[in-house]
Amino acid sequence: MGKVHLRVYRGNSEGGQLRDYEVEAEEGMVVLDVIHKIQATQSSDLACRWNCKAGKCGSCSAEINGKPRLMCMTRMNEFKEGEVITVMPMKTFPLMKDLATDVSWNYEVNKKIPPFTPVEGAVWQWEQEDADRVQEFRKCIECFLCQDTCHVLRDHDKMTKFAGPRFFVRTASLEMHPLDALDRTELLKQEHGIGLCNITKCCTEVCPESIHITDNAIIPLKERVVDKYYDPLRILWNKILGK
Amino acid sequence: MSDSYQSFEYDVLVIGAGGAGLRAAIEASAAGCKTGLVCKSLLGKAHTVMAEGGIAAALATVDSRDSWQQHFVDSMIGGNLGNHWRMAQIHAQQAPDRVRELEKWGAVFDRTTDGKGNINVRHFGGHTYKRLAHVGDRTGLELIRTLQDKGVHSGIDVHMECTIYALLKDGDRIAGAYGYFRETGRPVLFKAKSVVVSTGGIGKLFFINSNSWECAGDGFALSYLAGAELCDMEYIQFHPTGMVWPPSVRGILITEGVRGEGGVLKNTKGERFMFKYIPPKYQGKYAETEAEADIWFKKVVIDGVKEDTVTERKPPELMSRDVVARALWNEIKEGRGTEHGGVFLDIATRRSAEDIKKKLPSMYHQFKQLADVDITKVPMETGPTCHYMMGGVKVDPETQMSNVPGLFAAGECAAGMHGSNRLGGNSLSDLVVFGKLAGEHAAIYAKKLKDFPKVDDAQLKGLNKEMNQPFENQNGEVSYKILANLQHIMEKGAGMFREEPTMEQCLKDLEGLKERVKKVTAEGNRMFNPGWHVALDLRNMLAVGEAIVRAAKERKESRGGHTRTDFTGYSKEFAKKRVVVRKKGAGMEVIREDLPQIPKELEEELVNAHMLKPEILKQLRGEA
Repeated sequence: MGKVHLRVYRGNSEGGQLRDYEVEAEEGMVVLDVIHKIQATQSSDLACRWNCKAGKCGSCSAEINGKPRLMCMTRMNEFKEGEVITVMPMKTFPLMKDLATDVSWNYEVNKKIPPFTPVEGAVWQWEQEDADRVQEFRKCIECFLCQDTCHVLRDHDKMTKFAGPRFFVRTASLEMHPLDALDRTELLKQEHGIGLCNITKCCTEVCPESIHITDNAIIPLKERVVDKYYDPLRILWNKILGK
Repeated sequence: MSDSYQSFEYDVLVIGAGGAGLRAAIEASAAGCKTGLVCKSLLGKAHTVMAEGGIAAALATVDSRDSWQQHFVDSMIGGNLGNHWRMAQIHAQQAPDRVRELEKWGAVFDRTTDGKGNINVRHFGGHTYKRLAHVGDRTGLELIRTLQDKGVHSGIDVHMECTIYALLKDGDRIAGAYGYFRETGRPVLFKAKSVVVSTGGIGKLFFINSNSWECAGDGFALSYLAGAELCDMEYIQFHPTGMVWPPSVRGILITEGVRGEGGVLKNTKGERFMFKYIPPKYQGKYAETEAEADIWFKKVVIDGVKEDTVTERKPPELMSRDVVARALWNEIKEGRGTEHGGVFLDIATRRSAEDIKKKLPSMYHQFKQLADVDITKVPMETGPTCHYMMGGVKVDPETQMSNVPGLFAAGECAAGMHGSNRLGGNSLSDLVVFGKLAGEHAAIYAKKLKDFPKVDDAQLKGLNKEMNQPFENQNGEVSYKILANLQHIMEKGAGMFREEPTMEQCLKDLEGLKERVKKVTAEGNRMFNPGWHVALDLRNMLAVGEAIVRAAKERKESRGGHTRTDFTGYSKEFAKKRVVVRKKGAGMEVIREDLPQIPKELEEELVNAHMLKPEILKQLRGEA
C-alpha cells in the first residue's frame, strides 16, 4: 500500500495540536492498525483506547476526517491515495489525552435508569418476534458515537438536562421488554429531556451497529411521553376521575 | 514521581470486570460486603464481549434428553479427562440456574419457535445435544451488558481503567492490591480482606491470537507472584477458525456458530476433509460420509426436526476444537491450504443470504467490513488462532479459593473446569457459575475477619519504584519491540505443536527477554501512556510464558490443547496427573500431582454415557 499520512491530535486537557505521521501501511489495514504502528515505532505514549479490534466492544471511537467512527472498522483503502487522514478525539467529551476522552458522564446517566424489573409472577415464555424488537436495542456496543454526534450534547452541552441517544436506546430496551413492570416515561420527560431531541437522525447515521435509534427507540418513546402527558382526551378523562 | 497514592478499603476486591468478575462482585455485594471492582478498560469492554456462539447449559428446552449428567460427560470427554471432576460436575449442575437468572436480570435470549417461546439452544462442538443458549452471535455482549446493568445497581464501587501491579499479603494471607490508574498514572492501594482475580486469559503472549490487549495473563502472574499455585498451564486452546487475511485481522475469531449453522470446512482441492480426522473417542458419534452429514444438516438445522428422531449423525465439523484445529493445521501443512495459510469455511452454499445475515449478523459485518468478503457469496478463509487458556490458578472447586488464604480465582484465570480442552459455550457458563461461587466464598471469608490485614508501606514504596523504572532507564528498548519478540518466541516454542528442543530454546529465549525487560524504556510521563503500560505488563507475560513452557515440558504426552510431536499419544502415567507450577525462591518449581479420582457414581455416568464406547475411556487413560 505504501506510505500513508496521518494527522493525529496530541494533547491533554490543557491543550494540544495535530501532529503529522508517515507510516508504511500494509494491505487490509484499518485506521487503528496505523495508530498501533505509530505507537510501536514512533510515539509509544500516544493514548488511544481499544480492545477487540473487531467492532464488538466500542472502545476505539474517534473522529476520522471529521466523522465519528470506530477506528477498528475504518479501512485505510477507503481513502484516496495521498489523502491526509485526520484523527481527532470525540469532541463532545472532555479530553484526557490524545485520542482518549473522559466518557464517565455516560456511566453516571446509566445509573439513573431503573433496571429491568420483571412483572410479578412472570412466565418466562415469549415469542421471538417480541424478542427481536428488544434485541435490536441490546446490540448497542456503547461506543458513544451517537452521544458524540448529537448536537444537543455536542454543540449545546446539555449534559445536565439530556441523556442522549444511547440512553434512549437503553430505556427503550427496558420499556419494550414484554415482561418489564416499570414505567420510565417521567424520567424520560423530566430528567432525561427526551423533548430536546428534534429527530435529526444524526445518531442513527453514525451507529456502527445500524440500530434505528431515532425511528425505533426515540420516536416511540416520545409518543409514550406525549400519550401520558399531552393527550387531551386523557387529560379530560383524568379530570373527570379527579386524578 | 512521589510515593503518594490513593487508598480504598473493601471487604471484597474483585480484579477484572468480565463475566466472572462482575458475577463475583454482584454476589459479594449481595452478601452484604463492601465490594470494589477494578477493570483495566472501561466497564463493559472486557473480552467477554467477544464471546459469540452461546452459553452452555442443560436447559433441555429443545432436546428433552439433555441433562446435567450428559453435560458433565461431554465436558469431561471434551477435556480428555484432564478436568477436575468436581468442577465439571458443579458447572453442569448449576449452569441452567445461572442462565435462567440472567434472563431474570434482563438478558434477552433467542426463543424457541415451537410455540412455547422458551430459551432457544443451538448445537456446538463436542456437545451431544443442542445446548447453547444464545443471542444471535453476540451472546457475550448480552451477558456482560446484563451483568453490568445489574452490577451498577448493586452498590458496587467500580474503578475503571485501573491496572493492578501486585497483590499484597500480610504474612500468608491476602491483604489487598496495589496498582495505578491508567489515566493519571497515579498509584492506588486497595486494602481488602479477600481478593478475587478474574482477569481472563493469555492470548497476547502469542503472535496469532483472538484476544484483546487486556489478555496479558495478569491474574496468573499476580497470583503466582503472591505464592499461589498454577496448574494445567500446558493446556492452551487454539481455536480452529480465526481470520487469516488480510494480515491486520489475522487471528480475529470466526464463531463456531458458523459451523453450528451448517458451515463446512474444505481444502483447496474442494475436499470436505474433516471426515478423515475423526479420532477414536468420537467414532460412531459423527457422520462418516458427506451424504449422511448433509441429511442431518437438512433435517436438524434447516427443517428443525427434533434430533432424537433423526437416525443420521452430525457432521464432523462439530467435533471439539482441539480436534478440528489439528485437522486444519495438518491440511495446511500438507499443502492443501490457501496462499494465505488457511482453509475454506463455507456457509454461502449452505444457507440463504437472508439466513446468514439473520443467524450470523456480526460475522457477516466482520468479513464485509474488515476483509471485503461477502460470506453470503464466497467462502471464508480460516486458520487456527490462540484463543483460550484452560490452565490457571489452582482452586478449591467448592469455594474457588487458591492455596493463598483470601485469594480466590474465577473464569479463564482459574484452572480445572475444562481439563485439556474447553468445549465451546462452556466458557460463558464457567464465568457465571464459578464467578458466583468465588464471590459468595470471598464474602464468607471476608466476614470472618474482624480487622483489615496489614499492608507494609515499605513494600508499596518498592513497588512504586519498580513501576517507575521504565522512565528511569536510559537508552533501553521500547516495550512494543520486546512484546513482538515474545509473541514470536511463544508461537515457536509453545504453539500448537511442541517438542523438547524447541521448548528448551524457548526457555533460553525467555531468559534473554527478561534481561531486556529490566532495561525497557518508556518515553513521556505516567499520564495515559500505553508504551509504559505494556512495559509493566511484560513482567507478567514473561512469568506466564515461562509457566506454560515448563508445564508443557513436564507433560510427556499429547492431550487436548497440548500436542507434542515427540510424545504423540495418551500416556497412562500422565493421564492421572496434573502439572503444578509454583514460585520457589527466585525460581519456578514444577511438580506432578495426582488428579482427584472420579467418584464411583460419576464414573458410572461416564461409562453409561449416551453413545460413548467403553474403550474410549481406556484410550484417554492411556490403558488401551
